[in-house]
Amino acid sequence: MENKIIKQISLFAENKPGKLANVSHKLKDAGINIRAFTIAEAGDFGIVRMVVDNPDAAHSILHNSGFTVSETSVLGIEMEDVPGGLARIAEVLGEQNINIDYAYAFVTKTEKALLIVRVNDIKGALKVLTDASVKLIDMKDIEEYLI
Amino acid sequence: MTEYWNPQIERMPLEELNKLQEEKLRHIVHYVYQHSPFYRKKFDDAGVKPDDIKTLDDVKKLPFTYKKDLRDTYPTGMFCVPNTLLVRFHVSSGTTGKPTVVGYTKNDIAEWNTSLARALTSIGVGRGDIIQVSYGYGLFTGGLGLHYGAEEAGTTVLPTSAGNTERQIELMQDLGTTVIACTPSYFLFMNETANNEGVSIKNDTKMRVGILGAEPWSEAMRTRIEDLTGIKAYDVFGTSELSGPLFTECTYQDGIHIWADQFLVEIIDPKTGEQLSDGEQGELVITTLAKEALPLIRYKIGDLTVKNSEPCRCGRTHPRIMRIMGRVDDMLVIRGINVFPGQIESVLMNIPEVGEHFMIIVDRVNELDYMKVQIEMTDAAFSDKVNDIINLENKVASALKSVLNLSVKVELVEHGSLPRSMGKSKKVTDNRQL
Repeated sequence: MENKIIKQISLFAENKPGKLANVSHKLKDAGINIRAFTIAEAGDFGIVRMVVDNPDAAHSILHNSGFTVSETSVLGIEMEDVPGGLARIAEVLGEQNINIDYAYAFVTKTEKALLIVRVNDIKGALKVLTDASVKLIDMKDIEEYLI
Repeated sequence: MTEYWNPQIERMPLEELNKLQEEKLRHIVHYVYQHSPFYRKKFDDAGVKPDDIKTLDDVKKLPFTYKKDLRDTYPTGMFCVPNTLLVRFHVSSGTTGKPTVVGYTKNDIAEWNTSLARALTSIGVGRGDIIQVSYGYGLFTGGLGLHYGAEEAGTTVLPTSAGNTERQIELMQDLGTTVIACTPSYFLFMNETANNEGVSIKNDTKMRVGILGAEPWSEAMRTRIEDLTGIKAYDVFGTSELSGPLFTECTYQDGIHIWADQFLVEIIDPKTGEQLSDGEQGELVITTLAKEALPLIRYKIGDLTVKNSEPCRCGRTHPRIMRIMGRVDDMLVIRGINVFPGQIESVLMNIPEVGEHFMIIVDRVNELDYMKVQIEMTDAAFSDKVNDIINLENKVASALKSVLNLSVKVELVEHGSLPRSMGKSKKVTDNRQL
């Protein structure tokens, strides 16, 4: 089950013009592709969260460029791109008292919706989602563009 | 085992030491009255004659000397010897006004070296040590002062001066530097640069002692520096008007020893000018007892500190001054509340999540003062949950509020975004038009 955990890159950035360009150029120069991306902004600063095709390389490139960056364990949940897709996932987690710290979604090549979630109990979430036959994607799917 | 440079002087019984001081005080007031038209006039204006000064207590009768006096008589108007007897000049940077010039006779340099040799011996630095002097060399007294003081003490000097940090780290490893002398800010920058190159000062060098000063730093910062780099960090004190860096703590790290045969220390109430007792915080006032070129009588240095006349556990009987928490000039008045940058540093360095670099920014909006403290995000403190970061900002803000009694906005900024300093660091940006 552990291989279903996705390494998300999280990065601290001041809310200033040009910051995002700098980050994305560093990844571009290293040939790293961003598969999913979101910014949580809070006034003076923001947290950039992204799923990339080579998280370890992205982490070391950004860290060596002086950014405060971490690899965060998240889950990638495949949802039917139809009404009610999200509701089901939220219900399954909620019933087991697992809290969603944050989530963001994007649509995949295979025309499914992919939900990235950080939860307060990743092992528990893995178990209940698997028990509920929810499809979880893994790093291999991300790296090899299978989704 | 405690070692002394000059045990007879350093451990002299108090009664004898006071007698020696008294003799030297009587001598210096006669000397300046005779050789300096400036002091003759100052004494005359105050209605005091050299013969009025008989005991140490009589020092109260003497007028103060101010930094302004040195500026008004720029460049050499207060000197007591002709220029032909000088062997060196140093010139202050003039960051807080017109520069001041200090001149030294051969004996003045020798006394300066003696003061530092005693200090270095008191922290166990001497023959066999390699000292990297990373204070600036040149007009500033830090570099050359430590250089000759360390040579006098028998250490091997590596005169790197400030800057070229990568080279400093390389030499530190190649030559086996055991002692560093620089500002605390520069040592932190050195440590950061070393880490970026994969070098640990703690594990990859022989560094064991730091002689850090030339800017105010807190006890909490000392703990940080010692933990990060594995050295013992000692506070060094002095000012160019008195010669330069002169005094340090001893290995007990319990106050800076001021050599009483060379200098007479008083702590005075900055408002009334009255002498304060041991333990009371006030302004440091020093009379030089052995200087020839530029002796100073009751010189108001502007540092706030506390005096302790009790003999130290190390056996030295000379008085100590406690860590200087700031200068009278550094005090910020925010909405009527007095704030010292050192208080802020203390609070910040006691919070493990906060890194070593910070900036205090003061603004005035609609006639109201606002203080903001920027701190850098660290790898250890980073969480990718927005709430965790806001909680950290709030934690720091409430710690500051409880000490300063003032609302402070705390802003986390990116690692490496605040200025690093190779000399005296600038930790306050005051945007108010006062």
